[in-house]
Amino acid sequence: MYHVDLPRIGTFEAWRGKARALRAAGVKSHEVLWTRGEPAGDLFADSLPPEGDAPLTVPRGFLDLARMAIWHSDPERFARLYALLDVLQTDKRLIEDRADPRVARLNAMAKEVGRDKHKMTAFVRFREVDSDGPRRRFAAWFEPSHFIMEPSAPFFAKRFGDMDWSIFTPDLSAHFDGTVRFDDGAAKPPLPEDATEDLWRTYFRSIFNPARVKVSAMQSEMPKKYWKNLPEASLIPEMIATAQARASAMAEAAPTMAPARAARVTERLRSGQDRVEDALGACRRCALWSSATQAVPGEGPLDAPLMLVGEQPGDREDLTGRPFVGPAGQVLDRALEAVGLVREALYLTNAVKHFKFRPRGKARIHQSPDRGEVMACKWWLDLEVERVRPKLIVALGATALASLIGTGQGLMKRRGTVEQTPEGVPVLVTVHPSYLLRLPDAARPEAEALFRADLTLARERIGEMGGAAPRR
Amino acid sequence: MVARTLEQKLAILSDAAKYDASCASSGGQRRDSRDGNGIGSTTGSGICHAYTPDGRCISLLKILMTNFCIYDCAYCVNRVSSNVERARFTPEEVIHLTLEFYRRNYIEGLFLSSGIIRSPDDTMADMVRIARELRQVHRFRGYVHLKTIPDADPKLIEEAGLYADRLSINVELPTDASVRDYAPEKNPDQIRKAMADVRVLKEAAKDKTHTGKRARKFAPAGQSTQMIVGADGANDATILTSSTRLYSSYKLKRVYYSAFSPIPDASAVLPLVKPPLIREHRLYQADWLMRFYGFDVTEIVANRTDGNLDLEIDPKLAWALANRHIFPVDVNRADRETLLRVPGFGTKTVGRILVTRRHRTLRYDDLRRMGANLKNARPFIHALDWSPRTLTDTADLRARFAPPPEQLSLF
Repeated sequence: MYHVDLPRIGTFEAWRGKARALRAAGVKSHEVLWTRGEPAGDLFADSLPPEGDAPLTVPRGFLDLARMAIWHSDPERFARLYALLDVLQTDKRLIEDRADPRVARLNAMAKEVGRDKHKMTAFVRFREVDSDGPRRRFAAWFEPSHFIMEPSAPFFAKRFGDMDWSIFTPDLSAHFDGTVRFDDGAAKPPLPEDATEDLWRTYFRSIFNPARVKVSAMQSEMPKKYWKNLPEASLIPEMIATAQARASAMAEAAPTMAPARAARVTERLRSGQDRVEDALGACRRCALWSSATQAVPGEGPLDAPLMLVGEQPGDREDLTGRPFVGPAGQVLDRALEAVGLVREALYLTNAVKHFKFRPRGKARIHQSPDRGEVMACKWWLDLEVERVRPKLIVALGATALASLIGTGQGLMKRRGTVEQTPEGVPVLVTVHPSYLLRLPDAARPEAEALFRADLTLARERIGEMGGAAPRR
Repeated sequence: MVARTLEQKLAILSDAAKYDASCASSGGQRRDSRDGNGIGSTTGSGICHAYTPDGRCISLLKILMTNFCIYDCAYCVNRVSSNVERARFTPEEVIHLTLEFYRRNYIEGLFLSSGIIRSPDDTMADMVRIARELRQVHRFRGYVHLKTIPDADPKLIEEAGLYADRLSINVELPTDASVRDYAPEKNPDQIRKAMADVRVLKEAAKDKTHTGKRARKFAPAGQSTQMIVGADGANDATILTSSTRLYSSYKLKRVYYSAFSPIPDASAVLPLVKPPLIREHRLYQADWLMRFYGFDVTEIVANRTDGNLDLEIDPKLAWALANRHIFPVDVNRADRETLLRVPGFGTKTVGRILVTRRHRTLRYDDLRRMGANLKNARPFIHALDWSPRTLTDTADLRARFAPPPEQLSLF
């Protein structure tokens, strides 16, 4: 029989060292009695095997488990961990088996320790105490359920870096002045009154909504065992007791007369409001507005000789309110540059001004507008054509073509040709740049070349028609 | 008027802030003050430092800079036409309270909101100043959540994102029509545009600049929003469709649902009712199903004629009861997507099932140890030693889960 007594400070590292040595000597778990901070020797215990550095491997996950479970208040924790360490030597995959009773028990212990640590980070309440140095000094008393002062100290050291602090618990106390130092546990120390606690209690009382009392939800997260060290907890009984009356008083109170200044303020605001808003932004001709961020108007000089009409704004365009700024817009920009057209000299717009999409998880999947939506939005496109009076319109894709000419069918046969709107404006037919994005890599160069050829044709046609061809 | 004490202001301005449900302090960057040259840390997962009897957590000092407001939103305690007491913090007071509460470990940081005074730009500028001084003068590394004002200059929102971990803009109500009815000074288009701006700015901050330097982090914990539930007539289908759109359009971290709750000096336009707390809870459950369990909003409300969620049983169980032809599911064979549909199985349980069944075939008791809620799951699963037999198709299966009907008392 071996007796291993582990120190109260540095318990985990000590256990790890002893466990390695015992395991190397082939000692079975039932042959070891583990204690922590109880050196009162067992006279009949065998002397321990020396700590060597014989290789001992454990699966990933065991160390993480041990680092938590070791702080549990269950006196059997060391033995359970050692027993699992033993089994893992022959079956490393056991650590992944959450349903194995040995693994499950230790995982449950680790979870309880984790919760206790979390509650400690939440419920420690510092009070300011006198300081003799330049740094402010704070102290707290806390009663955790497990031996968690040591593993919790790094949290406080990282958080309260510019102040000195002490946390006293029955098992250990921790002191920080730039580095952490552990000391023996203590009884509850007398800490001086701290006026900020009154402000905190005021906050606690005021942030509570008496109309929605859910005491069980509070207690499951803030169990009563912690209340005695929480300065705000003494207010709870009275808050619960008066909640019902406060809520009914609000419900029953008759509406009051608004203060005199209210009408003046409201009057000023509503009259000053620009309710004429951008007419396009207020368009309700179809239902697409309801899921989009904003209508995306056309962009470009009103005397542009060339107008490019796409399908509809995409995700990016919807967010920024500008046409052709997403991936398809970048394809278009590169093509324009390649054929010597300057984007800023063109008028760019879409057949439909709101983004149509289907939400899928965190993304929006583009959906083509239907005929009704295209026709509803034609009002705005016609208005743009009328204002800009372009010499030539380039219809990018079937939707634009359908809106401008009436039908978008047979796009691939019609591309590269010039048709006319009913009003007689010439329309050069080509594909939408997003079509190029969807093509497999092998097919893209040829399609891009054709697209550029169409744009070149457009540039040449404006030149022929005597318009100032926007060349760079 | 006699000047109010700090304590009086705190009472008024926290009372006025409590109708914002969000108190999250999770996500984003990890920081600490180990260098001794500052105060505070963020660990990625938030900490709830206290709970009030309404069951809500206190993680942040949630206060209004001022509850003076020129808007007249019917549901709001701070609307211009209300007679509640008014107060205003100076920026120094907000900073002082944040730091002193933080040093005593009461809070994770600050959630600052405000009524609109003078103009949206002035109000937003004061809020940004508070955040900037906390970060730069006091080297505060805790959590900061700023409620942005949609009508403020986008430049101010851009600056706010440099100091705040999270920005939020409330959509307030599920439909544009309700916003116009109950919050006539607010503009739903403007709210959406502001959320789009935040998303664009946040994404731009992820790209490296042309010099290869990483741009400064912008609102690392993302953006969130809140909708009031039960003030207007919108049903749950409308609310959830609206959230789906918000999540996909603006990459929100969270949509908060806030049951419309009685407020002091309520408006005559909105009669006060008991806050629909169960409905709020069911909406959160449905929201979770959409975000983590692969459910689509149409599935969740598919069998509900009035478009509202079942208040008696949770939406996943309701869905399973309405789709029994898919069950029972074999826990030893089913894929992740199918396992996630089983009532009583959470994402963690499903992860554990998938890992453990690589080694051996699972039994009923194994599932219990892996954290499954078998009371809900048992009619819907097969395991090595468990078959629900006819239980899955029992006509009264729903009755086994729903609370017993309340007995009427004799008069």
